[in-house]
Amino acid sequence: MKQFLAFVRKEFYHVFRDKKTLLLLFGLPVAQIVLFGFALTNEIKNSEIVVCDYANDVASHRITDQIEASGNFSIHKCLMSHRDIEAAFKAGNTKLAVIFPLNFNHDLLHLNKAQVQIIADASDPNTATTLTTFATSIIMDYQNELLQGHSLPFRIHTDLRMIYNPSLKGATNFVPGVIALVLLLVCVLMTSVSIVREKELGTMEILLVSPFSPILVVFAKAIPYFFLSLLNLTVILILSVTLLDLPIHGNILLLYAVSALFILTALSLGLLISNSTDSQQSAMLISLMGMLLPTLMFSGFMFPIENMPLPLRIISNIVPSKYYYTIVKSIMIKGLGFSAIWKETLVLAGMTAALLTISIKKFKIRLA
Amino acid sequence: MDDVVLHNLTKTYRKGAAAAVKDVSFSVRKGELFGLIGPDGAGKTSIFRMLTTLLLPDGGSATVNGFDVVSDYKRIRKEVGYMPGKFSLYQDLTVEENLRFFATVFGTTVEANYDLIRDIYVQIEPFKTRRAGKLSGGMKQKLALCCALIHRPTVLFLDEPTTGVDTVSRKEFWDMLKRLKAQGITILVSTPYMDEASLCERIALIQDGRILSIDTPDAIINEYPKPLYAIKASLMSRLLKDLKAMPETESCYSFGEYHHLTFHREEEDSITGLKKHLEEKNYEDIAIKPITPGIEDCFIRLMHAKT
Repeated sequence: MKQFLAFVRKEFYHVFRDKKTLLLLFGLPVAQIVLFGFALTNEIKNSEIVVCDYANDVASHRITDQIEASGNFSIHKCLMSHRDIEAAFKAGNTKLAVIFPLNFNHDLLHLNKAQVQIIADASDPNTATTLTTFATSIIMDYQNELLQGHSLPFRIHTDLRMIYNPSLKGATNFVPGVIALVLLLVCVLMTSVSIVREKELGTMEILLVSPFSPILVVFAKAIPYFFLSLLNLTVILILSVTLLDLPIHGNILLLYAVSALFILTALSLGLLISNSTDSQQSAMLISLMGMLLPTLMFSGFMFPIENMPLPLRIISNIVPSKYYYTIVKSIMIKGLGFSAIWKETLVLAGMTAALLTISIKKFKIRLA
Repeated sequence: MDDVVLHNLTKTYRKGAAAAVKDVSFSVRKGELFGLIGPDGAGKTSIFRMLTTLLLPDGGSATVNGFDVVSDYKRIRKEVGYMPGKFSLYQDLTVEENLRFFATVFGTTVEANYDLIRDIYVQIEPFKTRRAGKLSGGMKQKLALCCALIHRPTVLFLDEPTTGVDTVSRKEFWDMLKRLKAQGITILVSTPYMDEASLCERIALIQDGRILSIDTPDAIINEYPKPLYAIKASLMSRLLKDLKAMPETESCYSFGEYHHLTFHREEEDSITGLKKHLEEKNYEDIAIKPITPGIEDCFIRLMHAKT
């Protein structure tokens, strides 16, 4: 046990004396949060909307006010020709134009139907879809308001609601993604590289020719990264609560417990990689290619898995971060309890057990 | 009972395609300073790794302290000290931290065995708060030896400990080994430097995975069957060609500032004949003298005899 503690202490020395490792450990999550939170945002905040109000009547004012009241857009009211609208789109920031024709209110009340034209800049399809949905839902709201009191026999009612994320904040999506990404990167990369480094330096030879059990070498390496990853998780959570106004709805202890499990999954993956490679470079490459890309692509935080072709959907099932991402979303954003995530947790636990068994079986007590 | 016994030990790589160690047998007595001498790629490191249980032999057997290197590997790992050729310690830990770490890993403390390493450690103690990566080559060497000794091993394996170390440090290092031997530790050391062979009690010359000869350095030199001559003249490279071309020459190779030469048959007038022959070829400053062969001469002779 004393040997084990000495080993763990040595690992902490390694981490804290290597400025690059430290920067990677704690700079990475901060950079990711800031990057995704402010720069790479795909939410609709601050999109400019142009309202061309040819009607200038009660109904058009009412709808414009409601769009403005949502607080997500900056509205420019104006009268423009279609040509000018196009120029505004080309100029950049304008993402949507709402055009009320002449006699809008009159048509609505007397003909029982009226038209509103919505033009969206679809060069960014996600934003365009979100914005048009948003605008449509506001117009539908107004329509419903008008219809109250009147009892028309057949009316088609589109009920659109954005649940869990009513203001369509991007942060709700990416924070769980960033947590999964950072934990995976830190654990897999750091453990695999640090074990392979001992091989490269030749210190592994010494450690093998010692009474110290080789398996303990591996566990002693994993422990510092386990705790550092929990610390990392805390940093991300604090950042997302304070900086991005994203509250944690669910049980925070449950979140930590599941994260600890996911860290174990990642650590055993790191061990497996370090067992199969002999140089720090290849360990790093495998970790990056094998972890970063699948996490980005198949966890569902960048691209929705449901939209992928079947083979890719099948592949996504073996990516651990997919399950973790679902779990974190359920706990953090939906505020669900363990009963909602037990399946994913079970899958992660199974993966961890399998990976750990393989890597311990594969661990070499000799050099070749 | 000898401390280290090898019996027809064989190691192949690439699934048997490349043989690194072929039927090697020798034994190291208790308390002996035994040298394994051979050029790079001779199989020294493979032998060391098999003896320290890091590699599995493909044939033959070996025991260390009476324990088999395959079945009793755990016992051996407790009792031996090993300093690999590439050993570079933890660069980011200080001298003292390195030493304490290895002491703890081996289940002991620096204080408990301090008397064994004191002579060596006092030389690096002034730098004990310095990171190992910032030490000079000779210092690293001493620290590595301290780390390998800290658990008072019964057998010490040193794989090329003096490679890449300056001459003064090399000499100091061998002095340290002598003192350790005096403490009763069996030492098996490998080196590519032939001049270090005479510092060992017994040596095994190894080439291409085969043992050429095992004996004390003196006995190996005494076994050299013929008088050996050192020859120097102007135009050394042409001289080597001409000497090799002579029908009387058995072997000739350049050796430092001289060429070393043996004759097929030693006649009374061999030397005078040679001198006359060279003068006819217009060489100047001719110097021919009989010399005692060194380990390297023996090595070269044995190497040619095998092939």
